[in-house]
Amino acid sequence: MATINQKNIRNFCIIAHIDHGKSTLADRIIQQTGLLTEREMQAQVLDNMDLERERGITIKAQTVRTVYRAKDGEEYIFNLIDTPGHVDFNYEVSRSLAACDGAILVVDAAQGIEAQTLANVYLALDHDLDVLPVINKIDLPSAEPERVISEIEDVIGIEAQDAPQISAKTGLNVDQVLEQIVERIPSPVGDPKAPLKALIFDSIYDAYKGVIVFCRLREGTVKKGTRIRMMATGAVEEVVEVGYFGAGQFIPCDELSAGMVGYITASIKTISDTRVGDTITDADHPCDEPLPGYKKVNPMVYYGLYPADRAKYQDLRDAPHQLQLNDASLFYEPETSVALGFGFRCGFLGLLHLEIIQERLEREYGLDLITTAPSVIYKVHKTNGEIIDLTNPTNLPDPSEIDYMEEPMVKAEIMVTTEFIGQIMDLCQERRGQYQGMEYMETTRALLKYHLPLNEIIYDFFDALKSRSRGYASFDYEMLGYERSDLVKLDILVNKEEVDALSFIVFAGSAYERGRKMCEKLKEEIPRQLFEIPIQAAVGSKIIARETVRAMRKDVLAKCYGGDISRKKKLLEKQKEGKKRMRQVGNVEIPQKAFMSVLKLDDK
Amino acid sequence: MKELELYIHIPFCIQKCRYCDFLSGPADDASKYRYTKALIREIESLPEGRESIITTVFFGGGTPSVLPGEWTARILETLKKRFSFAADAEITTEANPGTVDKEKLRIWRESGINRISFGCQSSFHEELQMLGRIHTWEDFLESYALARESGFDNINIDLMSGLPGQKLKTWETTLHRAAELKPEHISAYSLIVEEGTPFASMNLDLPDEDTERMMYSRTREILAGYGYGRYEISNYALQGRECRHNIGYWIRTPYIGLGLGASSLFGSTRFTNTADMKEYLRNSAHPDRLRRNIEHLEKKDEIEETMFLGLRLARGIDKRRFEKTFGKTVREIYAPVLDKYIDLGLLKETEEAVFLTEDGISVSNAVMAEFLLDSY
Repeated sequence: MATINQKNIRNFCIIAHIDHGKSTLADRIIQQTGLLTEREMQAQVLDNMDLERERGITIKAQTVRTVYRAKDGEEYIFNLIDTPGHVDFNYEVSRSLAACDGAILVVDAAQGIEAQTLANVYLALDHDLDVLPVINKIDLPSAEPERVISEIEDVIGIEAQDAPQISAKTGLNVDQVLEQIVERIPSPVGDPKAPLKALIFDSIYDAYKGVIVFCRLREGTVKKGTRIRMMATGAVEEVVEVGYFGAGQFIPCDELSAGMVGYITASIKTISDTRVGDTITDADHPCDEPLPGYKKVNPMVYYGLYPADRAKYQDLRDAPHQLQLNDASLFYEPETSVALGFGFRCGFLGLLHLEIIQERLEREYGLDLITTAPSVIYKVHKTNGEIIDLTNPTNLPDPSEIDYMEEPMVKAEIMVTTEFIGQIMDLCQERRGQYQGMEYMETTRALLKYHLPLNEIIYDFFDALKSRSRGYASFDYEMLGYERSDLVKLDILVNKEEVDALSFIVFAGSAYERGRKMCEKLKEEIPRQLFEIPIQAAVGSKIIARETVRAMRKDVLAKCYGGDISRKKKLLEKQKEGKKRMRQVGNVEIPQKAFMSVLKLDDK
Repeated sequence: MKELELYIHIPFCIQKCRYCDFLSGPADDASKYRYTKALIREIESLPEGRESIITTVFFGGGTPSVLPGEWTARILETLKKRFSFAADAEITTEANPGTVDKEKLRIWRESGINRISFGCQSSFHEELQMLGRIHTWEDFLESYALARESGFDNINIDLMSGLPGQKLKTWETTLHRAAELKPEHISAYSLIVEEGTPFASMNLDLPDEDTERMMYSRTREILAGYGYGRYEISNYALQGRECRHNIGYWIRTPYIGLGLGASSLFGSTRFTNTADMKEYLRNSAHPDRLRRNIEHLEKKDEIEETMFLGLRLARGIDKRRFEKTFGKTVREIYAPVLDKYIDLGLLKETEEAVFLTEDGISVSNAVMAEFLLDSY
């Protein structure tokens, strides 16, 4: 590869709210710069994780390098870093942004700015990125580009009159975007001769190459044989290969130098050595200080994950380890539950992260999983002065040993159309929100600011928000810190036996309501059995709610001819199979679904 | 000699009932004739079965009584040429009220049929209409009387509980009315709404679970008052008049099913004839070409079937016979299940047998399902 002039490189990302068309625009850019033919587009670019495509979200940062011949006759290298688009992955987003020199802001011409758009734009502006607004989906009948343009100018405060009005779906005016990338996004700077300084913005595990580190070179040069050091983790390795990103493939090259985006392999065995945000330097000629902003991300939400079929524990055992190779933010450790047997306590960045991991375990490893009630990390201050980080409600010390407890709080911003402000404020109120203020975006929309306990939003807050605003509200949050709170452990007893997997920590004032709803829900989920089953919610030794699953009194006494025997047997087998999917707790069979039902209790 | 039972399927009726999911439907005389010919061909093409003795024959349907008497006689005649019949063989035909007359009954008697099972279902006009039955209670009374006059001394009446709109009272009345006629046998089934039947797509006012349970327990009490004993979950008979053909199914006596869609259990193999009429008519001279769903039963299957079928009988599973057949005791295989359900009061075990208690019968499927083995 010939030497590349820094002034012909553009490193940028696309930021957008979910569903505003980020990935579609990315695909279009790749296609229109001629990197791939239309057929290859289908086969390669879109062939990411099924999960990403189905959910319309990006989970891992996707990076691709493509070459664009601009109207000025010159060829430009575009490094497009497609960032994850969800609040759970905020830190990854911030690191991806740090690897860029500019950002394309995609706003849906019909929906306008959403909470997440704002959060991402502010993040981009924090990184001093030039933000290039693009109005997408102008082919929709409900598109109002003029309104959205003034919204961008009023709310975000960036110039948007020249924003390309495009349809990423049809490709309309995407050429304008390409030209503006060349004109308006600055080329990178940095000295190729200086000591190596490169930012890790992602890494993946490959069975053959080991860990592949995605990085942006700020200073210096790296090539095969360079001894590199990760400045935060301290790991030292010799570079085996460097290269850049083709579409869905890695293309080796001789060296990477300041201003470039590419990958490095160095037979690194574990991804935890290559933390996103860390700085890579030359072990022999180190730079004086790392790039700013590194932090170790910590899980915020903990769940127990158990195989639905106890016998499948062995299959589950290796899976989290495999996933962790690609996802350093996933935490797990073995755990045992009386009700569910052997499993894992896993820590996630948030609900989406949990759902993704769970779906990947189920799809890629063919596992059928049960999750326990989610828990945040509570700080339990014991009377003896000890402070425990509690991630599993079952481990709560005896109340007599507890001085007080603290729970994590988040700063939440909710964007909502004005007609639903009342409903959303009610919801926040019910979830113990502390009102912080409200800003009108324009006459029809407002940004509500609340401080909310994290444990109130990890259950079903997002669903509740959507259902109470008919889908119009959007939501973003960041961690705020810990606050003292009156918390109790709510236990569920099925047929007088405590089911540990159903216990959870709850605000004392909500215990009764939650207990009642849990019992009602479980009553629906637990099928009638051959005896009566009381379902009780208890705080300590005090029963606060009760429901009863009536005994099954009669099943069908089928007429059965000789010829029906196979059929009869199939019927019985089905019945037995159904039992297998249930968990035996004492004498009672509890279906898998029942364990999940604790996640969805909002009945508005 | 080994016992063997025969089942003959007649897939015709005058009009399909709304709850019926059996292989049956109305047909013209020519179709019935072609079918009867094919059935006779099937029988004639069977390998000669002289190593077994036929203890029971059952004509089921559909409504076997829609065939002219002579045809039924021909079928039976053909069977007798092919197989050795026990002198006291029980030979039953199902019949619908209103489809028999003196002449047909006479031919049946002469051909050797010695038991009639009448599909009566209810003594109430509205209930019969709702079911889609073609007859009235009066039609039934007339057919029943004719059968008695013709010398039939072994008659079953089929009744149905749990019907849409049925009240405990009307069910009890039907039971009394039927029992007062002193049939030798009464079958009392509860309605099942089967997928694909007209009932499945109707919004039915079915009796609630407690009412249905009450109907079931009242059935036993009322019929006991007339001298009928419950020998199987849904079957009641005067002493010595239990249906031998039916009991054969529950104790896994081998049987051959002849005709469209009929099932067989022979040796360790279960199979079912094709349910496709065209195919049946074309291939009935080659019985092996008719066979579908051929299942080779393993010991595990046989053990499971012995248990869940045997539990339908009031007398339960014969422990000694079980041990003789399988070389292991019931307890050796099923101790945990037995103990669990004995504790719950749903099963009972004696020196000779294992059987469902009254409470156990009510939830028999749940109990039976546990007798399926994960491995053996």
